[in-house]
Amino acid sequence: MARAVTPQRKALNTLIAWTIGLVIFFPIFWIFVLSFKTEGNAILPPLEVLTSPWTLESYGVVQERSDYFKHFGNSVIIAFGSTILGLIVAVPAAWAMAFVPSRSTKNILMWMLSTKMLPAVGVLYPIYLVFIQLGLLDSRLGLTIVLMLINLPIIVWMLYTYFREIPGEILEAARMDGATLREEVLYVLTPMAIPGMASTVLLNVILAWNEAFWTLNLTASKAAPLTAFIASYSSPEGLFYAKLSAASVMAIAPILIMGWFSQKQLVRGLTFGAVK
Amino acid sequence: MYLKSALRAATAVSMIAASGAYAETITIATVNNGDMIRMQGYTDQFTEATGIDVEWVTLEENVLRQRVTTDITTKGGQFDIMTIGMYETPIWGANGWLVPLDDLSEEYDADDILPAMAGGLSHDGTLYAAPFYGESSMIMYRTDLMEQAGLDMPDAPTWEFVREAAAAMTDRENGINGICLRGKAGWGEGGALITAMSNSFGARWFDMDWKPQFHTQAWADTLTFYKGMMDESGPAGYATNGFNENLALFQQGKCGMWIDATVAASFVTNPDESTVADSVGFALAPDTGLGKRANWLWAWALAIPAGTQKEDSAKQFIEWATSKDYIELVAENEGWANVPPGARTSLYENPNYMDVPFAQMTLDSILSADPNDSTVEETPYVGVQFAAIPEFAGIATEVSQEFSAAYAGQQSVEEALEKAQALTTDAMEAAGY
Repeated sequence: MARAVTPQRKALNTLIAWTIGLVIFFPIFWIFVLSFKTEGNAILPPLEVLTSPWTLESYGVVQERSDYFKHFGNSVIIAFGSTILGLIVAVPAAWAMAFVPSRSTKNILMWMLSTKMLPAVGVLYPIYLVFIQLGLLDSRLGLTIVLMLINLPIIVWMLYTYFREIPGEILEAARMDGATLREEVLYVLTPMAIPGMASTVLLNVILAWNEAFWTLNLTASKAAPLTAFIASYSSPEGLFYAKLSAASVMAIAPILIMGWFSQKQLVRGLTFGAVK
Repeated sequence: MYLKSALRAATAVSMIAASGAYAETITIATVNNGDMIRMQGYTDQFTEATGIDVEWVTLEENVLRQRVTTDITTKGGQFDIMTIGMYETPIWGANGWLVPLDDLSEEYDADDILPAMAGGLSHDGTLYAAPFYGESSMIMYRTDLMEQAGLDMPDAPTWEFVREAAAAMTDRENGINGICLRGKAGWGEGGALITAMSNSFGARWFDMDWKPQFHTQAWADTLTFYKGMMDESGPAGYATNGFNENLALFQQGKCGMWIDATVAASFVTNPDESTVADSVGFALAPDTGLGKRANWLWAWALAIPAGTQKEDSAKQFIEWATSKDYIELVAENEGWANVPPGARTSLYENPNYMDVPFAQMTLDSILSADPNDSTVEETPYVGVQFAAIPEFAGIATEVSQEFSAAYAGQQSVEEALEKAQALTTDAMEAAGY
């Protein structure tokens, strides 16, 4: 039986949730505010910032100085490309581990996860040298592969968790009906795991979109995504908050809007698992 | 019919592709500083004149340093020109990572480069990077507040005078701090200021045997004086203030004095950005009478990584961007106050430029800093606010973190110096000194 929730308790929970939400969202809100100020006004004390005049000047400067759409295009290709490539590798891997586990499945999963514990800079030079040899420096293909590899453990883990919740009997029934392995995965498993796969895709697109170490270190001009676009507006000698904020808003807006529209799917997938 | 059209289109496309193949493109890595961004705006003129296209990669200073170091040490070949400073140039030049710039054309007039700049950007007398702009540091002060305090700022003040003036100008009730100085951790932030300041107190990083010197009285005097003065007259939270934070404070009228990069003079005197633009005076960085002033020397310069396939085009660009003609171009379009300063002697012989209020003090500051003789006692290293050895950046960042902790009151000056001595000794021994 569900525990009764008193109205006071509900109000308190709502208040706490809103407070936490607002605290988390505040930096984004402040970036948004600063992006509509002049450089001079962006450095005023917070209250004076809010009351100072609003302007689109910074957006104008950023638009004039940088090729936003080139960076945006690179971000889209790299983020979605690495996620799709990751799914192609991870779905069969997660299927095998979820439905045909061996004694070392758990160890393999843990080993995959352990690769996330290595500081990225530790493998910068080896990867840089490999990229030079393969001619992949400053290429979207190279970055797509690297980001796929970085996010692969997360994709495999998430899919494995969702697949595990799908009753094996359903797959057995499909096999009894004569489904081949390919049909079983494509027509039975995948549709059932769609909410989980959707949240996996969304989360990985967000992670790849925001990734700033490899995207800054392995690109120069051709494949530079929006992270490089943001990085170009920080300045050691000179005021830059307003322009940096405008560049940040332009960089995060697409992913923020995408997250906003798909939040139901994202939360459902992340909290409930595959079988409802 | 369709076949004909398709053939025509294919021919046109291949012709465009072929013509594109002739236009060489060079890639330049740079920082987001006002002068650099301005140069990007004029790049079209270079392309028009030479047919060479330019791709810019603008990065934050520390990211740029890491990025170009990775590329140059692995011979990645991502960049044809790199924007580097006085710290990297002699080290990279010595390692053979940079193309020597000893064959620049006669019209370029390499002898016109300010000797202090050329010296700091050379190794064994060979120039490895051409200065785009140079800077030293100086005192920027509020003439109105000085007057109110009944004081006159000499052109070359002592630290004692600066401390007294700071105390006299401080008006906490009205949010005015007598002096604003960098305290932020980082070898190029607070580390640069305290090292330059220590030179004027007779301190040095290493003796002639590369032994760290933080246990000396001169370093104790430097840090004690800095902390005492800043606690008396500095802004709240000065331990985390860097260039930009102090610039903001000064522009808002909250600092009586600010000792920092000479390039800041154009920001604080710009009425569009600064509320105190019409009441700023300039003076040399202070001393203690020991013969060395607390001003540093730095240049952002353009260098060519060894191994680039486009060396000739890269040299052409460097000759264009650091030429006298480029300075004229900027002056013509944006006024003399906005030309890249501190690189060429001829700029300081130009009467138009010398009308700019901070021009003379900038030149005097640059001329009074010598990277080959920056300390009272002899040292084995080159550099004013740094020692040009590869280990310095890492060590100085850690040392400046200890100093910042002392400024913030998290430890005493003595503790900070002890830790600085220990960590520097360890790092230098590990590096084989």
